[in-house]
Amino acid sequence: MDITSFVAAAPEMTLLGAICVVLLADLFVDDDKRFITFGLALASLAVTLWALAATAPEGRIVIFDGSYVSDPLSQVLKIAATGFVALSFIYSRDFLAANGLHKGEFYLLGLFGLLGMLIMISSNSLLTMYLGLETLALAQYALVAIDRNNVTSAESAMKYFILGAIASGGLLYGISWVYGVTGSLEFDEITAAITADPSLNSLPLWFGLAFLIVGIGFKFGAVPFHMWLPDVYQGARSPVTLYIASAPKLAALALTLRILVDGLGVLHDTWADMVMVIAVLSILIGNIIAIVQTNIKRMLGYSTIGHVGFILLAVFCGTAEGYAAALFYTLTYVVAAAGAFGMVILLSRRGYEAENLADFKGLNARSPWFAMIMMFLMLSLAGIPPFIGFFGKLNAISAVLDVGYTELAVLMVIVSVIGAYYYLRVIWYMYFEDAEDKAVLQSSADARVVMSLNGIAVLALGIAPGWLWALCQQVLG
Amino acid sequence: MIGLQHYLTLSAMLFVLAIAGIVINRRNLILLLMCIELMLLAVNFNFIAFSRHLGDETGQVFVFFILTVAAAEAAIGLAILVVLFRNRRSINVDELNTMKG
Repeated sequence: MDITSFVAAAPEMTLLGAICVVLLADLFVDDDKRFITFGLALASLAVTLWALAATAPEGRIVIFDGSYVSDPLSQVLKIAATGFVALSFIYSRDFLAANGLHKGEFYLLGLFGLLGMLIMISSNSLLTMYLGLETLALAQYALVAIDRNNVTSAESAMKYFILGAIASGGLLYGISWVYGVTGSLEFDEITAAITADPSLNSLPLWFGLAFLIVGIGFKFGAVPFHMWLPDVYQGARSPVTLYIASAPKLAALALTLRILVDGLGVLHDTWADMVMVIAVLSILIGNIIAIVQTNIKRMLGYSTIGHVGFILLAVFCGTAEGYAAALFYTLTYVVAAAGAFGMVILLSRRGYEAENLADFKGLNARSPWFAMIMMFLMLSLAGIPPFIGFFGKLNAISAVLDVGYTELAVLMVIVSVIGAYYYLRVIWYMYFEDAEDKAVLQSSADARVVMSLNGIAVLALGIAPGWLWALCQQVLG
Repeated sequence: MIGLQHYLTLSAMLFVLAIAGIVINRRNLILLLMCIELMLLAVNFNFIAFSRHLGDETGQVFVFFILTVAAAEAAIGLAILVVLFRNRRSINVDELNTMKG
């Protein structure tokens, strides 16, 4: 055990230290001065970002006896996850303060969840992956239930907890079989064991693999393991929905890439079919059921399922280009989704959540600027050029075409068109219907500035997507 | 002679029982939490059997981690249960149905 191990894991240790400081400091803060906790939470994220930048790995560093890895992929995902958690804190503060929920626990659970995400992103063994996953999941269960007097929050927290626990159990059962067959928990050694003895690539290992895919499907929210997702998105208070819908998707991508590619990449022929089935079901069911929703959080929940299908189809290709497309899609999708949920929070106020589609009617008359920002976000999610979502879809479809699945690519185009309908409906409501709710927007200046930047980012990235695509190809090359 | 496959069969039976308990039980949330616990114990059984068979301690170490996480998970699950009961005055699985669509 030498010092380089600790340097490579410095971001996680820094974050953990910072969390302890926030945890203690929050005890001495009165309810009306809770902005101090908010500031400290943002400062811990800034320190974590600094630690990430200071310890950027040149190549692939494997530490702690092979259970932990630091590579360019983990660097990109960690920076993005930290940034999205910061974004969700900034959007959430006004809503929490207005609704009597401005407690230190929100920020602390958010930070602990981020710690779990960083561990997942850097895991190089199934044990580290499981521990990171649980750190994230336990923080999320508690976050969903943070509004103790809200019936739907409690109900959705219970559903999330039960289905999440079943998913963890399934994942663990799969892990136990992979361990039993290959005799190791480390991804490199699993690959080496299967390569050295091809007879291991048989039914017992596939049995474990199937359970791993069930676990991944649950955590990502892919059909048929998606039941929790719309209920949790709708039932949780909007800031929590924003948190769950943004950064954890990056951790779910890390879960998929680390297990299926780093660990079981040699089994691509076996898992590709299973991943394809759940991905195709996801893009169909997610996009079609989203059409009939009247609650925008639930609608965005079903749309998430559709987007997850696209990400999994890019992973299904099994090529470096496919993995890069999955990373690109996830990053760009999360930018737009975080903005869309942020807009729901921005339109909410004391005792009122703008969670119905009807609440967006006539937004143009109330605030032309934010109507335009929301239009940018919706067009990006729908995948219309020149917004960034278009390039995500384009890369995923071209990756699928490159491996020769023309029918799948056609299906992806068709569901994109179906999906465009419900995003465009939001725009129709904002510009061509009369407002039912004429209240003035009440959010603070910093949330407005960040929201504007978020909306402009989906346009700016869409006009110049080259560097991000090059980055994705580079880290997965 | 009791071999690896006997342990694996028992573990698979426990796992299926846990899943069946979760699916069939429509009345009490506490039973669901017990089924989840049973599921994790079935996994532990698997790990120990494989660990003994392979002569490798990693599996047994994993079991300790699972036990610890299961305790934390049960604590959060029961806390959510209490919140739910305070709001609804019921822990009936069938009544978890205010959200549809």
